[in-house]
Formats: sequence, C-alpha cells, structure tokens
Amino acid sequence: MSTGNELIASGDYIKHHLQNLTYGQNPDTGVWELAHTAQEAKDMGFMAFHLDTLGVSFVLGAFFLLFFYRIGQRMTADTPSGAQNFIESIIEFIDENVRGSFNGKNPMVAPLALTTFIWIILMNTMDLVPVDWLPYLAQQIGVFFGADPHHVFFKVVPTTDPNATFGMSIGIFFLILYYSIKEKGAGGFAGELLFHPFGKMMLPFNLFLEGVNLIAKPVSLALRLFGNMYAGEMIFILIALLPFWIQWSLSLPWAIFHILIVLLQAFIFMTLVIVYMDMAHQKDEH
Amino acid sequence: MNINLTMIGQLIMFAMFTWFCMKFIWPPIVAAMDERKKRIESGLIAAERGLSEHKEAQLKAQEMLNQSKDQAAEIIANAGRQASTMVEDAKDTASQEADRIKVNAQAEIEQETNRVRNELKDQVSDLVMQGVNSVLAKEVDAKVHKDMLGKLSQTL
Repeated sequence: MSTGNELIASGDYIKHHLQNLTYGQNPDTGVWELAHTAQEAKDMGFMAFHLDTLGVSFVLGAFFLLFFYRIGQRMTADTPSGAQNFIESIIEFIDENVRGSFNGKNPMVAPLALTTFIWIILMNTMDLVPVDWLPYLAQQIGVFFGADPHHVFFKVVPTTDPNATFGMSIGIFFLILYYSIKEKGAGGFAGELLFHPFGKMMLPFNLFLEGVNLIAKPVSLALRLFGNMYAGEMIFILIALLPFWIQWSLSLPWAIFHILIVLLQAFIFMTLVIVYMDMAHQKDEH
Repeated sequence: MNINLTMIGQLIMFAMFTWFCMKFIWPPIVAAMDERKKRIESGLIAAERGLSEHKEAQLKAQEMLNQSKDQAAEIIANAGRQASTMVEDAKDTASQEADRIKVNAQAEIEQETNRVRNELKDQVSDLVMQGVNSVLAKEVDAKVHKDMLGKLSQTL
C-alpha cells in the first residue's frame, strides 16, 4: 500500500514529467536563464521558450524533410525502389484527400497537408517511446553539465504542449484569413461574416455567429490534438508508476491503441486543414 | 503548460517546413509520378495499337493468300486452255501440211504422168512415123504430110 510519502513522490514524478524545459527571462533579475522549477517557469510568463518542444519538433520536422528530400531528388519514373514506393504511397494518399475535399486551385494546399500530416505523426509517435527514456537521458546530460537532476525537465512529445498545437493552428488561421480575403475579396469576406446566415436585419447576430465560427476553427484544431495527446501521455505516465514487472500488461495494450490515436489525430488535423482551406477558397457560397 | 514564445517559434517552424516541402519536396515527387503515369498510359495505348495492327495484318495476309490462290487457279486454267488450243492448232497445221503435201505429190505425179505420156506419145508417134516411113517411103512426102502426121501423132 502506498504511504503518504509515496503519494507525494508519485505526484512529483507526474508533475516533473509534465514540465517543459523552459528558457526565459527571470522576472526578478531580468536575466535569461533556464527555469529551475515549475513555478519559475510559470513566472517567466510569455517571454520564454520551451526548448524541449522546439528542439524535438525541429529534429522531427528536419528528419521528415530530409528523408523526403533525398528520396525526392532520386525519384525515378521507372520501377520504384522500396523507399520511393513508401513515399509515393503517402503522396498518393495525401493527393487523393486533397483532391476529394479541396475544390480550389492552389499548389500550396497539398504540400501543406503533407507537412502537417507527417510532422504531427512524428511528433505524436514520440508518445510511444517509453516515458522515462528521453527524460532520463536529458537528466544525465544535465547532470553532466552540473545541473540538479530535479531541475532538468524534459517533455518529449511536442503535441502535448499547447504551444506547439496552437502554433500550428494559428498558422492555419492566418492562411484561412489570407486566402479568404484573396479569393473572395475583402468585401466578400466581410459580407460572409455580416450577412450570413440570416440576412441584413440580423447583422450583429450574424457577426457574432460567424466570428465564433471563425475563431473556433484554430482553437478546436489545437485543443483537439493537444487534448488527445496529453491524455495519452498522462496515461503512460500513470502506467509508469506501477511496479516495473506489471507495467507491460497495461502499457502494451495502451501503446497499441495509441498507435491508432497517433495516426487518427494527424489524419483529422490534416483533413480539417484541407477542409478549412477549401472553405476559404469557395467564392459564392449560398 | 504556459503559453509563451514557443508558440511563435512553432508557428515560424511550421511555415518554414511547409515552404520547404512546397518548394523542394512535393514538385519532384509528383513530377516523377506523373511521368510514370504518362509512360504507362502511352505504353497501354501502344500495346492496344499493336494488337489492332496485328489483327489488321493478319486480315491482310489472309486476303493476300486468298487472292494469290485465286490467281494461281486462274493461271492454271489459262494454261490448260492455252495448251488445248495449241494442240488444236498443231493438229490443224499438221493436217493442212499433210493436205498440201498430198496435193503437191498428186500434182507432181500428174505432171510426171503427163510427161511420161507425152514422151510415150512422142516415141509412139516416132515409131509410127518410122513404120509409116518405111512402109510408105515413096508415097508419102515427109514434108507434105508433115502437118497431117503431126496431127495424127497428137491424137495418138
């Protein structure tokens, strides 16, 4: 049975796992430094970076781009090799989705969908790496450089950081605004916000409804992905609290189930991006 | 779970990745795939065309075969006909030649007969003349009765 001491230890363990490695401006001293505690990280406010989120997502994105770039440079129209086949099937899949949902003409949408899909899959997949491996590695490196192991935080999965998901969804939001104005004209876009769905008489109500509709797009995109991945990560951390000889009985089924979530969330994100892009490109709706 | 500059960083990273993907990854891959699609398409079309051409050639060959068969039959028939006419002609010329030879021979025979007969006549008349001369040596003047004797020898 767990004693009170153990309970506190578990709580610390979970909290430690959920804290990002934060580099920011210390509000008291004005110095840019790594946060030693969760409270310090919080006090840094907006002027801070999550080094783990940025680093992991950058490495994964660069890996994705490099891999695809190398294969892309060696593409042959003759009988494709294994890696080329793999990439072609992904491209085909993306292309099919874009063609199915996107009716406008924009050469940016398909690469955008590809980038979101693969990048999110890779970021989500970090969830399947046993929860303690990379944080432990980071801790050892931190200790090597003379840091207190309790102050080295490392959150492996970028998509469990709302900064990452919101960063992406805000990018999508900008694209929605840009293409709405570009395709429909500023007047057309404003008209869509003001005179739809109930005509002139209900203008304020329309604006409220369409405004919420517009804002809900990036918010729901970001929160859906973040929520799913955060919950999955949380359960892995909870499973990791069990004695090591029983962990596999829960972590294995959950990991297998989580593969589905990893792919599904990336697919949903991509599909919604395509659909939102399509809505931004539609000229005369209604 | 603090919202901070990470969000901006992530946004910039996302934009850069998408730009790179759009510029350097998507076009060559799609181009190669399109190229293959085109090649397969043209290959299929060529195969289709080859098949139809083969069929056509077969038909043509059959037609040519039939034609040459007809021609051969015609040539054989012609040759047969020609041979029979040649035989007929040969027969005709041969019988004509035979007739001519026969006529010639007859004419010759007749001529010879006439000649011999004349000779004989002459000889007979000579003999007669000699006989008559010897019998009538005195009474008949050869010169006076020459005409009469000539007429006589002619009638003999």
